[in-house]
Amino acid sequence: MSSPSSTQILINAFKSPQKLPDTPLRQWDLMLRLAKRANLIGRLAETVHLYGVMNELPTQVQTHLNSARVLTTHQRQAIAWEISHIGKALKPLGAPLVLLKGAAYAIADMAAARGRLFGDVDVLLPKVLLNQAEAALMLHGWGSDEADPYDDRYYRRWMHELPPMAHRKRGTVIDVHHNILPLTARNLPPADLLLSDSVPIAGTDFRVLSPCDMVIHSATHLFHEGELQNGLRDLFDLDALLSELSEQQPSFWHELTERANVLGLAWPLHLALRYTKAILNTEVPEYAYDSIAKSATQSKISLQLLDSVYLRAFQPDHPICNNLQTQIARAAIYLRSHYLRMPLGLLFIHLGRKSVIRLFKNTSRSV
Amino acid sequence: MSQPLCRVSELSLEALQSHLQDGSFALQTGNLISRITTNFPDVALSVHILYANHPCQISPDFSDFHVEIRQPRNLRRWFKQQSEFLIDGDAPFEPLPREQAPAFLEWGLNWAVAASCHQWFTLHAASLERNGLAVILPAPPGSGKSTLCTALALRGWRLLSDELTLINPQLITASALARPINLKNASIELIRNFEPTSAWGPETYDTAKGRVTHLRPPANSVERMLENAQPRWIVFPRYCPDSEPLLTPRTKAQTFIHFAQNAFNYSTLGETGFDVVGRLVDQCDCYDFTYSRLEDALEVFDWLSNGALP
Repeated sequence: MSSPSSTQILINAFKSPQKLPDTPLRQWDLMLRLAKRANLIGRLAETVHLYGVMNELPTQVQTHLNSARVLTTHQRQAIAWEISHIGKALKPLGAPLVLLKGAAYAIADMAAARGRLFGDVDVLLPKVLLNQAEAALMLHGWGSDEADPYDDRYYRRWMHELPPMAHRKRGTVIDVHHNILPLTARNLPPADLLLSDSVPIAGTDFRVLSPCDMVIHSATHLFHEGELQNGLRDLFDLDALLSELSEQQPSFWHELTERANVLGLAWPLHLALRYTKAILNTEVPEYAYDSIAKSATQSKISLQLLDSVYLRAFQPDHPICNNLQTQIARAAIYLRSHYLRMPLGLLFIHLGRKSVIRLFKNTSRSV
Repeated sequence: MSQPLCRVSELSLEALQSHLQDGSFALQTGNLISRITTNFPDVALSVHILYANHPCQISPDFSDFHVEIRQPRNLRRWFKQQSEFLIDGDAPFEPLPREQAPAFLEWGLNWAVAASCHQWFTLHAASLERNGLAVILPAPPGSGKSTLCTALALRGWRLLSDELTLINPQLITASALARPINLKNASIELIRNFEPTSAWGPETYDTAKGRVTHLRPPANSVERMLENAQPRWIVFPRYCPDSEPLLTPRTKAQTFIHFAQNAFNYSTLGETGFDVVGRLVDQCDCYDFTYSRLEDALEVFDWLSNGALP
């Protein structure tokens, strides 16, 4: 059982950074490899920096961590720059512009943004404004690269977002959402509730989801996700959100469970709390966990099944951790995510089509 | 457990092959250590030839990169042989034809440095040293940069790097990688004739680039690969058939802009990147250089380096 302990070694580095100077070089080699693969190297570097232990580490390790800090510092600046461009393009709509996930953590300067690498910028808008938003973005240089008409139609008919739009010059990608789950999903939350509860960010034209919705969105996204390449990173995001937000607001835990019930998203929140607790040892008050577990109404058997899958799949997707069990777990999550996102009939047609196309594409990487 | 350093040439091809297979082989280029895994005998042979003079370790405690060249695990392998490059289990590139595996390792390792080593300001340029001073040869593909770099490296200049020039952002010194030199098409015969004793990796055919192969770096360049050099000249070479050698001054502003646009991590380094390019261009004489014969070029570079002597 060497695999779980490799992941545990990496997690311990975040949880007890004061012990890092005593880490043997061979263990650093392992931790850096896993952290790179899990997209956690930036967060590890930031943790080491914040605890002031950088200078006590082996030189080679310092080099890699400092290099990661150069990259994450740049990305933090770059996302701010990108957000300012998006603001300029979408301001004329006069609508609330809600940033989601990484971009939201960055603009609200939250702990979850520290040392994080950013991908696409995700924006949430009222559905009626989607066409106008697309036109405004195209006017400012963004465009959809969706060459496959099937995928384009699939996005527009069934998804909760426009096809991703890439900027012609900067190459950056924006995802314009009108909900946080596909329209075909089994538990589609009312998007207007998310928008009306969002909070403005002072000094900008942007808003972010309310603290509770931010956690619920992150949880919902993670447990609908079919590929957990960034699973452990997302779990660390949740850990950072929960710690920071619960500290700011004494009634946070109570509000969080209430809100999840209102949105009909108790079960993903339940799983989020279950696995941040189990894997990252996140502090979750017992009453909050019991309350959400009660409203999520997941049977003991289905929880045992989910545990057997998720406890494996949250490991970095790295040859050191991978074995037959993690492969089965990842396949199970892939299927489950599709089951959650669309009705079975539609699912079979969609997956059938995808697997035929895949046979003729170059690699297994293009899904 | 890890064993002390030895040279790759001290390992038999069979021993190297078995260390590559079980993933215990680690190669040192400059101050970077790359752990390499592969089952492919042609990759083992290529490493054995190209890195004969390089130090290596078996199962060291720490490596900067862990890479693998292998057969991709997809359905296509049943009707078309391919090779893929993995770094910590991730494949940053689409697979290439099987016979390009040895070159794929070289390109993959270049990419690993360019994409993740932000301890340096990294230029797409060749660099060589003489008397502690470095010349940087930035140039687009097809300008004859690698051919000129090879000729200089075989005639009194020490090769720092053929593809990636690594600049320390604090000291503005150039670090060496002393990796094999990538040569294409007509350059291959040109250099074979220029230096018949040179050692070469396997030659492959790439539809985009034509014939491609790698040249083993001179032993002296490898021995001294931990010595840094002070950049002194920036020369933009351009091969032009039948031309007389012509060295003309180039403005520092033009050179600055070229680096700002062509360095791998100019924007990633942010303000530091701007500062490095400014200081680098300030401390160097900048030239454009047109040539057709390597002998002429060597003479001009001798003249440059002698002029800098006190």
